[in-house]
Amino acid sequence: MGLLTPDPGLVIWTFFTFLLVLFILKKYAWKPILHAVKVREETIQFSLEAAAKAKKEVEKLEQTKTEMINEAKAERDVLIKEAREIKQGILEEAKSKAQEEANKILENARVLIEREKNEAVQDLKSKVAALSVDIAGKLLEQELETTDKQKAIIDSALKEVNFN
Amino acid sequence: MRQILQVFLFSLVLSVCQYTLAEDSSNKHEKEFDPLEMISHHISDSHDWHIISYTNKADEHVNISMPLPVILLHNGKLHFFMSSEFEHGNAIVQKGDAYFKLYHNKIYLTNANGDLEFDAENHPKNEHPFDLSITRNVGSMWLSVILILFLFISAAKKYKGEPQTPKGLQSIIEPLVLFVRDDIALSQIDKHKIDKFLPYLLTVFFFIWINNLIGLIPIFPGGSNLTGNISVTMLLALITLFITNVNGNKGYWKHIFWMPGIPVPIRAFLAIIEFIGIFTKPFALMIRLMANITAGHIIILSLFSLIFVLKSVVIAPVSILMGLMMFMLELLVAALQAYIFTLLSALFIGMAVQEDEH
Repeated sequence: MGLLTPDPGLVIWTFFTFLLVLFILKKYAWKPILHAVKVREETIQFSLEAAAKAKKEVEKLEQTKTEMINEAKAERDVLIKEAREIKQGILEEAKSKAQEEANKILENARVLIEREKNEAVQDLKSKVAALSVDIAGKLLEQELETTDKQKAIIDSALKEVNFN
Repeated sequence: MRQILQVFLFSLVLSVCQYTLAEDSSNKHEKEFDPLEMISHHISDSHDWHIISYTNKADEHVNISMPLPVILLHNGKLHFFMSSEFEHGNAIVQKGDAYFKLYHNKIYLTNANGDLEFDAENHPKNEHPFDLSITRNVGSMWLSVILILFLFISAAKKYKGEPQTPKGLQSIIEPLVLFVRDDIALSQIDKHKIDKFLPYLLTVFFFIWINNLIGLIPIFPGGSNLTGNISVTMLLALITLFITNVNGNKGYWKHIFWMPGIPVPIRAFLAIIEFIGIFTKPFALMIRLMANITAGHIIILSLFSLIFVLKSVVIAPVSILMGLMMFMLELLVAALQAYIFTLLSALFIGMAVQEDEH
């Protein structure tokens, strides 16, 4: 049967053509393509590994950063707390001191006033005594005259008195 | 490369320009349509590249085809002429003292009158000259080769320089190349040994696939049944046989001739079977590819022959629909057969080179 009989001419042409194609493609197509693909695969592999490594490093850095931030925060809190305490202390001390001072000043003022008052009273007393004696002298002077006159004397005497 | 392409295209144009307008006296339109003859003509090789046939207004049958070079070796002499000299088998070509006649696409040696002697089965008994002609299949193969070289070399050129993502043609070619490398070669052959066999596997895969596809194109210059021709599949199978056995290691031969771990009498028996197996494996490769592709061509041609056999236009939609389905199936088969041939080649090679584990 013709269909199953190989044709030597076609076999020979196919042989040469196929070998030629095989060698040309091997040199100019398969080698460059396969090599480039291999290089690319290796590059990708390498890049992926490098990326994973970098990611790990970044994570580590991130962790360190977080730790540092937390530490700083804690330290800040402590500092703020201390500062607040110190402020409170200072304020209280200042307050108590001011109070003390104010009390002292008040006390001094009171003492001074007391003293002044006493002095004034003393002064008034002595003046009143002198005035009383004076009035009594004038009264005694006028006893002998009319009662109306005496009354007028007392009034005039009183008018003369200046209590200051 | 580009110059080769230009020369080829130029010669192609030249050849088409001198196409032969022949009046085929034996093919008057009254003649019954013979599907068997039409199909066998289409699936077998030919000395001219048929372009179109039609019946003109004067009721003459016109055949337009591209003549192809005929190269004959007879009595140590090389004869070279165009196939148009045969006038489709009607003329006898005289070269020196030899007369050649074309009969059913085969060239026979005849006497000066061109008489053919027929045997009981109606086959000519005349001798053949050694035929090295550039036939339709050879032309089709060269066309596919140009296509393959162009596709892959231009894709390969883009890989120069730094590694980049594939673009354009690369993004079509690369997945296919990687498919052959990973799913065919790597799945069958040890990883550190594939570099040696990968060029063959890649070439054979794309050679078969692209030729299958060209065979499916129904118009000129496609449609040749190259991968359904036993000469081609035989050669490819022989190359696989050669590569397998040349690279076969000690373990491979030991498993063929002296299977370890089996009683001695059975070893001898197995040796015979295994030895035959060396040849039956590529033989199956040869027949499988040829039969699948030829069968596809025959089915599609038969479906369209139905219209002319039944002489009815009504059957045309059915033929076209079924033909379409077959074309879709054949597109799958084209890739599938290339895959199977390559995979089995890789399997045989893989078995021959695998490290002995026993």
